[in-house]
Amino acid sequence: MSESLPETALTLSPAHIRHGSNIGQPITRLDGVLKVTGAAKYAADQHPPGMLHAVLATSTIARGRVAFLDVAAAKAHPGVVEVITPANRPPLAQDPDEKSNPFMFRLDLLQSDRVRYANQPIAVVVAETLEAATQGAALLAPRYEIEPARVGLDADESFVPAAVGVGNPSHVARGDVARGLAAASRKLTATYTTPAQYHNPMEPHAIVAAWDGDTLSIDTPSQGMVMAKGRLAGIFGISPEKIHIRSPFLGGGFGCKGFIAGPQVLGVIAARVVGRPVKLALRRDQMFGPVGHRGATRQTLRLGADRDGKLTALDHHTKTTSSTFDDFFEPASDVSHTLYASPAIATSHEAVRTDIGTPLFMRAPGEATGSIALESAIDEMAHACGMDPLAFRLANYAEVEPITGKPFSSKALRECYRQGAERFGWARRPLATGQMRDRDGLLVGWGVGTATFPALMFAANARAVLRRDGHGVMEIGAHDMGQGAWTALAQIAADALGLDLDRLDFRSGTSDLPDGGIAGGSAHTATAGTAIHNAGADAIARLAELATDDERSPLFGAGNAGVIARAGRLHRRDDERRSESYGDILGRAGLAQIEGHGSSAADHAAPGDYAKHAHGAVFAEVKVDPDLGQIRATRLVGAFAAGRIINPRMVTSQLNGGMIWGVSFALHERAVIDPRSGRPMNANLAEYHVPVNADVPSIEAILVEEHDPHVNALGIKGVGEIGITGSAGAVANAVWHATGVRVRDFPITLDRLLAKD
Amino acid sequence: MGLSTTLTINGVARTIALDDPRVTLLDLLRERLDLTGTKKGCDRGHCGACTVIVDGRRINSCLALAMSLDGAEVLTIEGVAQGGRLHPVQEAFIAHDGLQCGYCTPGQIMSAVGLIDEGQAGDDPERVRECMSGNLCRCGAYQGITAAVLDATRAIAAAQRKEVA
Amino acid sequence: MNRFDYVRPATVREAVAAAAEPGAAYLAAGTNLLDLMKGGVSAPTRLVDVTHLPDLDRIETLPDGGVRIGALVRNADLAHDHDFARRFPAVAETLLSGASAQLRNAATVGGNLVQRTRCAYFYDPASACNKRAPGAGCDARGGDNRLHAILGWSPSCIATHPSDFCVALAALDAVVEIEGKSGPREVALELFHLLPGDTPDHETVLAPGEMIVAVRLPAQAAQFAAHARYLKVRDRTSYAFALVSATAALRLDGDVIVEARLALGGVAAKPWRARKAEQLLRGARADAAAFARAAEAALVDAKPSGDNAFKIELARRVIVRALTLAAAGTPDRLPALPGSPFAVTSGVSVHV
Repeated sequence: MSESLPETALTLSPAHIRHGSNIGQPITRLDGVLKVTGAAKYAADQHPPGMLHAVLATSTIARGRVAFLDVAAAKAHPGVVEVITPANRPPLAQDPDEKSNPFMFRLDLLQSDRVRYANQPIAVVVAETLEAATQGAALLAPRYEIEPARVGLDADESFVPAAVGVGNPSHVARGDVARGLAAASRKLTATYTTPAQYHNPMEPHAIVAAWDGDTLSIDTPSQGMVMAKGRLAGIFGISPEKIHIRSPFLGGGFGCKGFIAGPQVLGVIAARVVGRPVKLALRRDQMFGPVGHRGATRQTLRLGADRDGKLTALDHHTKTTSSTFDDFFEPASDVSHTLYASPAIATSHEAVRTDIGTPLFMRAPGEATGSIALESAIDEMAHACGMDPLAFRLANYAEVEPITGKPFSSKALRECYRQGAERFGWARRPLATGQMRDRDGLLVGWGVGTATFPALMFAANARAVLRRDGHGVMEIGAHDMGQGAWTALAQIAADALGLDLDRLDFRSGTSDLPDGGIAGGSAHTATAGTAIHNAGADAIARLAELATDDERSPLFGAGNAGVIARAGRLHRRDDERRSESYGDILGRAGLAQIEGHGSSAADHAAPGDYAKHAHGAVFAEVKVDPDLGQIRATRLVGAFAAGRIINPRMVTSQLNGGMIWGVSFALHERAVIDPRSGRPMNANLAEYHVPVNADVPSIEAILVEEHDPHVNALGIKGVGEIGITGSAGAVANAVWHATGVRVRDFPITLDRLLAKD
Repeated sequence: MGLSTTLTINGVARTIALDDPRVTLLDLLRERLDLTGTKKGCDRGHCGACTVIVDGRRINSCLALAMSLDGAEVLTIEGVAQGGRLHPVQEAFIAHDGLQCGYCTPGQIMSAVGLIDEGQAGDDPERVRECMSGNLCRCGAYQGITAAVLDATRAIAAAQRKEVA
Repeated sequence: MNRFDYVRPATVREAVAAAAEPGAAYLAAGTNLLDLMKGGVSAPTRLVDVTHLPDLDRIETLPDGGVRIGALVRNADLAHDHDFARRFPAVAETLLSGASAQLRNAATVGGNLVQRTRCAYFYDPASACNKRAPGAGCDARGGDNRLHAILGWSPSCIATHPSDFCVALAALDAVVEIEGKSGPREVALELFHLLPGDTPDHETVLAPGEMIVAVRLPAQAAQFAAHARYLKVRDRTSYAFALVSATAALRLDGDVIVEARLALGGVAAKPWRARKAEQLLRGARADAAAFARAAEAALVDAKPSGDNAFKIELARRVIVRALTLAAAGTPDRLPALPGSPFAVTSGVSVHV
C-alpha cells in the first residue's frame, strides 16, 4: 500500500513522468506539532484589535413568529453595544430566501419575525465581552405566537421530491421488481428507521469578521471557501475579490461547514453594523438547528431471492424529512444501486416537510443511512436463506454496477471480504444466533456489512512555482478538516514538483489562493490532488522545455525521450545519468522562478464508461449483557479498497474514524425531538451521545491494494466517508447475531433487547 | 468592580484584574490572556476540549470560575512543551496519529498528561480508555489516542527510572 | 449567565451568613451550578464561594471507626483514598463510574449531594417544569421520558436524581452534617432528598442558606467491604448517566446473608433505599431465588411515568445482578470500567 507511484499510472504529461517518493509514505502530519502544542489557530482563536463579541439568540419554538424581544433589557446590560433584530438589520443585496441552484441553501438572516425551526437565529447581541453578549442574548426573553409544529415522518402529506441528494432522480429502476419478487422462493419486507442526527464537529461554527470599507476579511471554518466567497458576495453585493477567507484548520466539518451557514453570515452582518471586528461562535445547543443535520428516514426494503440465495429483486423505498422552506432530501435508497447484483432493482423516495432546520450533507449522506438499512435487510435475507451472511453477499457480488450495467473502474471488494474475514476470524462464526459467549458470560455476536462510496471529482485549480534556489511552492486553497490535507496534498505536490518535502512550501487554507474546490464527497484529495499534480506537471514541463531546447544543458535534445523530475533535478529518461538541477536550468535562463498551473474537473458532466466506487467489508463484534442488554462494539475490522493511498497513516485514521461513526449510527446517535414542540431536547454533548473512547476498544482498518487507471490521474478514490457505510450495518447485524433480536429502529438501545426474557 | 485573581499560568504568576465575576477559566485564557490553545467545544463540561491542569488535576476549565481559582497553578497546552522540546505525550500523539482535526487535541493531551500523573491507568489499555472517556473526539481518533497515552506512559516511566538511576 | 455578587467567606459562619440572603447560592467546584447558570436554569444573584474555606477537604477516621468526609473533598480524591476505598469499595465504585475524570477531579462531595436532575425539560427554561417554576406544569410527561422515574414520582414531577455516589451513601446509612444560621444539625442521607409530591422544587431538606459541611459513614458500613458492588447500566460504556443503577452490599456467613443493603439510582427523585428487599434478604441463602425475590420486593410499587416501563424490568435485573456481584465478592482492585456490566469479573460468570 505504500508503494511508490508507478509511472504507468500517470496519464498526463507522459514526457515528464516522475518517480514519486512522497506519495504512499506514512509520514506524520505536517501540522502535527501545531496541533499538539495548541499553536494551530482555529477561527475562534483570532482576536483582532477592537474586536467585539456577538452571541446569537435562537428560537425556542419550532414554528410561529417572534412577537416581542426585550431589546431594551438587553441593551441595558453593561457592555452590550448593539442588538440586531429584523427591525434594524441592514438591508442585504440578496434575499436570503433566494435560491438559484441546488447548492444555494436558504439562510435565516433576520429577514422576518417568522420562526420555521427550533434554534433559528432571531437576534444578534454584540458586546464588549463574551459574558455581556451572552447575557444580553438571554435578556431578550422572546415572546412568541406559537403555531403547532409539524414533527417527524408522519407530520404531513408526503410528496415525491423532484430530486434527492444533489440532483439524483428520486425514482430509479432497472428490471422488473414485481416479476423478480413473484419469481422469488424467499421474500423479505422490512422497514427500518433512522433518526435525525446532528454533525456536531468538536469545533462549533465560529467566525471572526472584519470590514475595511467594502473589503471583508473573515476567519471561519469552511469546507468550500470559494463557494462561501460567492455566497457572501451575493448577500453583501460586493465583488468576490473583496472577500478574504482564512480557514487553515477546521475543527471538524462532516458536511456542516460545506456551505457558509446563516450564523456565520450574521457575524459578518454584526461586524458591518458595529463597524468593528466581531467574533461570533455558536454555543453547542445552537449547533442543533441552523447548520444542518441528517434527515430522519423510514426505509422499506423488499427483497426476493431464489433457492440458491441469489437476489431476484431489490426494492428500496425511503421516506425522509426536510424543512418547510428548502430542499434537501437524504438519498438513502441510492446505495442499493451499486452494491448487490439483482436482475431487478427499484429505488424511490418520498418526503415530508417538517418544522426543522434544513437537512444537509452529513458524512456519507444517503450512503450511511441507506447502508444500515440495506445491510440489515441483506443479513435478514441471508438468514432466511439459511446462508452465512458473507457467503450470501459473495453469492450476490456485483461484477458490474447493477443499476447501470457499467463495468467498475476497479473493484477489489472480493479481496476486502477475504482479507477482512481472515483477519477477523469470520470462519469460526456459528450460523445461528446467541451461540457465543465470552469468558465473563457476555453474549458475543459477529456481523458483516459491505461498505461503498462513489469516487467523485470536483473542480479545482493549483499554482506551482519552481524557484532558482531549488525550492518549490504549491498554492491551493484547500481545506484541512482533519483528513490531513496539509500533509497528503503536500506529498502529492512534492512528487508533482520532483522535490523533497523539505524543499516544498505548501500554501493552503485561504481563499486568496487558487480555488481548491470543496472538501466534500470524499473527493478533496482526488480533486485538489489532481490540480496539484497537473500544476506540478505544467511547471516541470515548462522547466524541461527550457533545458531540452538549450544546447548548454545536459538535457538538450531529450524532447522526445522525456525527462524525469526527482529530488530537484531533471534527468533524461533514456539516460538518467544525464541530469541538471532546477536551479541551474533557471539560472542559465536568467529566471528567478517558473510557474505552472493545473486544474481538475468535475466529472458529473461526463460520467464516462465506468462506475467508480470505493468498496470495503466491515466485520464487527459486539458484546451484549444477556440480562441487562447493554451493548458494546468490542471489535471492528474493516478492509477497504479505495484506489491509491497517498498517506496510509492518515487514511487509516480516517477509516477508523468512519467506522466509529458507524458504531455511533448503530448504537448511539439520536436527536430527541419533542413530538409536541419540535424542539431537540438533547441539544448537548452529554445526552446527544457520540461514542467515547471506552465505546470502541478495538478498531482496525486494512488497506487493500487497488489500482484504478480510470478515476483520475492519481488513481485516488477517497476515504472520508466510506468507513461509516458497512460499519453501521455490521454492528446492527452483530447485535442480532448475539441476541437473536433484530432491531430495525436505530440507534439500537438496550431497552430493545430486554423484551426477550 | 475591582475584582482580581492571582493565577500562576504555565509557571508565570499573574494577577489579573477582572471586571466581571462571570469569567470562566476557559474564557479568561482564550479571550483575555490570548492563550487560545485551550478549546471550547461545549462550554458545559460535556466534551473535555477545554481540559487544563489546575493544581495538578485535570479539570474542565469551562466550569471553573476564574475568581474562584485565586491562588491556583494552571498548566495549559501552551506550557506542556519544555525548552523547545515536545512533551512525550505530544510526541506520542503525533507518532500514533492520535488526532485528526486537532480541535479536541489540546484537551486530549492535557487529559493524558493528567492521567499519567494520576497513575491510575498504568499500562492497561482498558483503564486508559475509561480514563480518557471524558474527552470526546468526533473525528474518531481514539485508537491513536489510546496508543499514544500508553506509549507516553511507558516513555515517562522509563525516563523517570533513568533519573532515579 | 446573569451577573451576580461574588463573595468569598473565610469561615463557615461567614458563609452561612452570606448565603442567608435570598437569591444566594453556594459555589463549590461549580461543575453543576455553572452548567445550570449557563443554561439559564439557575440565576443566583450572589455566589458564596466556599472553596477557600479551611478544613472542609479532609477525610477523617473517627474514633468509633466511622469516617467523616469534608464537603469539599473532591470526588476523585475520595475514590482514590486507599484506606477509604478499601473500607467502602462500593462508594469508590460509584464515584469512579460517574461523569468523567475531569469532573471527578473538580466536583466535591457536598456538591454531589445537591446536584440537580438531568431531566431535559428541567434543563430547558423554555419547557414547563414544576421543579424550576412551581405550578408551571411538567413537559416531561408526554414528552421524551425514557429515562424518567419509576418510583416515588408524582403527577407534578417525574425527574430522577442523577447521582451515583448518593446511591451507595443511601445504602450504607450515611449521615449529612449541615450548618445553618441556627447551628449544626444532621440528617440521614436517606432522608436528605425529598420525593416530589406537590412541591418538586423542594429537593432536599436543606433550608435556605444551610450548607453541607460533611458526610459521615458509620463504622458498620465498612463491615460490607468484602461484598459490596455498584452496577450502573448506561447507554454508553462511559461518561453517561445511569438508566438504572444499584449498590448492593452483603454481610455473609458462609452463603447465608446476615445483613443486606440495597439502593437504586436512576429510578426516583432520590437515591432509592430498598428496605423491604433488605429485610427479605436477611437470613436468606445468597442465591438467585433470594435475589429475585428481593428485586420483586424492591419494585412492588414501581410504575412507569411515561415511555419507560422497560426500566422496571431493567431495575429488577440490575438488582439481581448487583446482588450476585456482591455475593461473588469485592474485587481486590476496582475494575477498569467501574460499575459497568463490561467490567471483567475475573472469570466468575454472573450471567444467567
